[in-house]
Amino acid sequence: MNIQSRKRELFKEFAPRLETTSTVSKIYISFLIAIILVGIYAFYLQMSEGQIVTGMRDNVVWGIYEVNFILLVCISYSGAFISGILHFFHTPWKTAIARIVEIITVLSLLIGPIYILLCMGRLDRLHYLFMYPRIQSPITWDIIAIITDIVACFIYLYLTFIPDFAILRDHCEERDIPKWVKKMYKTLAIGYQDTKTQRDRLHKITRTMSAIIIVLAIVAYTVLAWIFSLTLQPGWNSTIFAPYFIVGGLFSGVAFIIVTMYLVRKFYKLEKYIRKMHFKVGGIILLILAMLYGYFTFTEYFSRWFSHKAIDTDLLDKLFTRYFWEFILANYVGILGPIGILFFKKLRTINWVTIASVIALVGIWINRYLIVIPTLETPYVPIQDTRVDYIFYAASWVEIALSFAGIAAFLLMFTLIGKLVPLVPMNYILDSHLETNKVKQKVNKEISE
Amino acid sequence: MKNKQIEEGATDRRKFLKLGLLTSFTAIASTSIITNLAAQEEETEKEATGEVMRLLTPDGKIVEVSASNINKYPEAFITPEESRKGIPDRKFVMVIDLAKCKNARKCVEGCQKGHNLDYHQEFMQIKLIQDNPLAEPYWFPKNCMHCDEPPCVKVCPTGATFKREDNIVLVDNERCIGCKFCVTSCPYSARIFNWEHKAKFDDKSQPYSPETNVPGATGTVMKCDFCPDLLRQGLLPHCAQSCPEGVIYFGDRNEDIVTNGAETVRFSELINKRGGYRHLEHLGTKPNVYYLPAVDKLYELEDGFDVNEEVKERYKNVPYVQELKKQGKI
Repeated sequence: MNIQSRKRELFKEFAPRLETTSTVSKIYISFLIAIILVGIYAFYLQMSEGQIVTGMRDNVVWGIYEVNFILLVCISYSGAFISGILHFFHTPWKTAIARIVEIITVLSLLIGPIYILLCMGRLDRLHYLFMYPRIQSPITWDIIAIITDIVACFIYLYLTFIPDFAILRDHCEERDIPKWVKKMYKTLAIGYQDTKTQRDRLHKITRTMSAIIIVLAIVAYTVLAWIFSLTLQPGWNSTIFAPYFIVGGLFSGVAFIIVTMYLVRKFYKLEKYIRKMHFKVGGIILLILAMLYGYFTFTEYFSRWFSHKAIDTDLLDKLFTRYFWEFILANYVGILGPIGILFFKKLRTINWVTIASVIALVGIWINRYLIVIPTLETPYVPIQDTRVDYIFYAASWVEIALSFAGIAAFLLMFTLIGKLVPLVPMNYILDSHLETNKVKQKVNKEISE
Repeated sequence: MKNKQIEEGATDRRKFLKLGLLTSFTAIASTSIITNLAAQEEETEKEATGEVMRLLTPDGKIVEVSASNINKYPEAFITPEESRKGIPDRKFVMVIDLAKCKNARKCVEGCQKGHNLDYHQEFMQIKLIQDNPLAEPYWFPKNCMHCDEPPCVKVCPTGATFKREDNIVLVDNERCIGCKFCVTSCPYSARIFNWEHKAKFDDKSQPYSPETNVPGATGTVMKCDFCPDLLRQGLLPHCAQSCPEGVIYFGDRNEDIVTNGAETVRFSELINKRGGYRHLEHLGTKPNVYYLPAVDKLYELEDGFDVNEEVKERYKNVPYVQELKKQGKI
């Protein structure tokens, strides 16, 4: 089978999704937009009234915005890490999921930092970060890390898209696709003709970029963890926070990828490409990460509990009383649950692996909540106040609305990207096609010799 | 007498401020009071009442200055730039004598009045601390510790909070982006945040200076500033001035002297003889607020409950207070 006809075939297979929009997906998209609009109203309220409309007060100055920020940014870093690994080591089954992972990486990296901006009291002074930068502040490190990461991930994502844009450009003429989309394909393909030199060069660059984003992801994780661990606060000031965040981040990232895989497989009818094998492998990786993450969580809390410094004891008392159920959900159900499911070979089915991933995601969100909020409620100098909202944090509707708006924005952008380009990279399918051809030729040659 | 001087000064302060801005070009960033005055001398000649004072500059020159200028000077506008340097050759320290505190809350009120704060906004907070289960709790006035290793300054991404040469840690609310990282890294919970807009923030009758902290700004951080505007006038901070018991001593480590207004004592002697300590010494923040332990207390703990109901409620979770309540003492 020659490459050109295969390309045509692939285009035929993926094109219908690019052409029409069904009623269901129209309703779905308007629903997402509605949620985002509520979020925008909440944002407007916060901007005009001040952060008094949030649940944050003088003791707990960072709320669920910070939790969402950590979770999304960690998912993004692990997306970068995983897609870097997939590409760098030529993982054979990467074809079906590579693009999904890359899109997750970029989208969560776009939405995540918005939450840290929502935490800021003076958004109008954002440029001061660049006008009066102080390099010794971990926030400055984080900004540098995030910006570098965004740029690198965009470049990487774009590189993996180029051959697909070329295929789309070459074949879209035959189809009823809006003119601006055709034009867009042409511009974005930047004259890629899939010659051997071009293909080799692109492979080389993509490979280099994949190595770079692995390193960047590790750096960015570390700096994010340092925002907490470099302070003096109980529960934050921990030497293992950087590796703990890396492992926890990878755990949440893999879980998130599995859930997305499940949804994409179901709604985009990609059963042919995203197979049980992917969930099986994903399940095993999630199992290993869950055990590592559980180990880190145990060490972290156990050493605090055993040495029982006064301030740590105060914090743990709070975790074991006021936050008892959250603690059980985050650190028992959220870790032992997935392990319990994935440990059994029989349960590594598509549905069960997805259920384990959902449990893991909920668990890690609560775990992040328990890292950020109870510490702020347990300062060295005891809080002696009569105002309940100054003693304990409770998220307000504004914060919750904006959290859901983030999820909606993620889904919306994912859907829109899915409308413009195939969610399974055509060029990877071709690559594996070429690879098998090569092997076949080699074998044929050997036989004939 | 000092109060009278300020009143006189206030009447034509605007004129003076304009002048101060003009002269700051000639005496760029000069922090020396007397040198500044000498520079203004020529320009204020017309207004001079005729009374002339002779003063000694730090570099040993004698200059003649119009007396009216000296009255006006204390309220001079210190620009945000100047306020980053601090008052030369000073190392301000505070000593709080816990044995004398009876939770009269006059320091809190004085501070709130001086900084135009609301009822619940407290730069100076009074905590009820119990060191161990056997010890009786004591009142613990707590403001910003103006640390020598300030965790807040370390983490500020824009330099909005800064450490000055005279030991004071200030916040420039025109530079602050409200990221609140300083609030989370301060182990003394010294910082408060302006969560919403308030009418008093619009009061632009005085130009803003980080030294006065007034007016505040929405979405920025505030905290105790050791009242550098008063220090420049040779006055004690609001809290030390308002304390009826003389609990709060304030002074200069370079001179080794602290005073509570009534008595002036050697700082090192006070710390050595009375077992002075710093709160949370083990964290390595090196505070500049020292505490004299609550031994041989002058007042009963119950005396401290002669406050309004809201304040009383604040301490209800302290086990000792619950005990006292049971016994019907408060």
